Amino acid sequence: MRKTEVPQDACLLEGQQEVCYAVDENGRYVLAPSSGWEPANIANIQAWELIREQVAAVFAAVREGRKSPLAYHMARHQMDPALLGSYVGLPRWRVRRHLRPAVFTKLKPALLERYAVLLKISVAELCTVPERPEIVVPRIDE
Amino acid sequence: MNIDFPHRQSAHCESGVTANLLTHGGIKISEAMAFGIGSGLFFGYVPFLKMGGLPLITFRGAPGCIFRKAARRLGVEMAQEKFRRPERAREALDRLLAAGVPVGAQTGAYWLPYFPAALRFHFNGHNLVVCGREGGDYIISDPVFPGLVRCPAEDLDRARFSKGALAPKGRLYHLRRLPDQIDLGAAALAGIRDVCRIMLKTPVPFAGIRGMHLLARKLERWPAKLGDSQAALHLGHMIRMQEEIGTGGGGFRFIYAAFLQETAALLGRPELQLLSERMTAAGDRWRSFAVGGARICKGRPLPEDTYEALARRLRACAEEERQIYSDLQEVAR
Repeated sequence: MRKTEVPQDACLLEGQQEVCYAVDENGRYVLAPSSGWEPANIANIQAWELIREQVAAVFAAVREGRKSPLAYHMARHQMDPALLGSYVGLPRWRVRRHLRPAVFTKLKPALLERYAVLLKISVAELCTVPERPEIVVPRIDE
Repeated sequence: MNIDFPHRQSAHCESGVTANLLTHGGIKISEAMAFGIGSGLFFGYVPFLKMGGLPLITFRGAPGCIFRKAARRLGVEMAQEKFRRPERAREALDRLLAAGVPVGAQTGAYWLPYFPAALRFHFNGHNLVVCGREGGDYIISDPVFPGLVRCPAEDLDRARFSKGALAPKGRLYHLRRLPDQIDLGAAALAGIRDVCRIMLKTPVPFAGIRGMHLLARKLERWPAKLGDSQAALHLGHMIRMQEEIGTGGGGFRFIYAAFLQETAALLGRPELQLLSERMTAAGDRWRSFAVGGARICKGRPLPEDTYEALARRLRACAEEERQIYSDLQEVAR
């Protein structure tokens, strides 16, 4: 890649530049700032779109009473039962049970507290879902 | 308590941390040099190791390797520690900082509050240097950022104890003792030999050139086996591993070419300069793979963008690199 070809496409990194290695006019390698590259942006946005779809599907399931609010909070943090379990110190099967509304409503406050602390929300927030799915998807700064 | 630390923005986190820590210790080397001496270049495709349903595809060695290998080849004594309890991990960090030692740390990316939202994934192979503390905040030299950043202590604790694959377990590392003399040239050649060995003579089919061919074979069959949308997700995943921030472009091939160029000048070996140029061409070919792949991901492929064509291009990358590594091996012998 030549220095003049270092892509300066849309930026996904909130205005921050990354550095690339490129060859200058004398054939020497230099560090060149790049604001972003479209193919990389496409792949990044594709990954976020998938997360957004997954969160939306879980959100709908919670609204219909098929899953507990914990399932929504878990999906929002891109976690699965195994990962969430390793954070709160529970085996995967117990987290999976807690995704069932009937089980979740009977959880002890201490356990709810553990989930809430990890997810940086209050217990009250943990037991509900917001009006609409809240997920920060990166935006493109042109 | 702030250490005067020579922060330089880098393309890749671990080679940046390694170069900056060594420079602070008195061995002034560039990021590319640290990457090459630490033999950071790699290719791996492990279809049965899944993260979020997607196969492991990597263009670099395991986290921690670059620093460890670079230190060993330069004769630098390093220290590293893992922890079970966050309180202990924080005490150890504070103790080192109080002694004026900048400390490398492996962390997860997800919990670092200063990370842009676009990069907040559960990825545990991130590296940074903690170089000070002011009240409840740590001062951090994160090599992929332009300047020093601040991070609240609780958030750093979380990031150091992120869970999942390759969990960092609070890992800290620092330089303990530097040698009286260093032989940069010999270290660079040792790094080159290591890369050639792993790329050409791997015993497993997932790594090196064999890994690229395995991926090419699988990639051809993705649309038939997985369906169009899953195939596009797999392709996007591969492009992210290759091009997302932290590779310097072209799946680390450009940073490696920069290393070869520097070594050519250091040792007065013009043949390494030619190999650097060929490595640049290989990087450009990987980039063109990403361009075509991204068009498929976006659902706007040109007539020539098919999975078969991508597989062909991947095989061309593999064969081109096979030649480069066998020639490199001769030079570094």
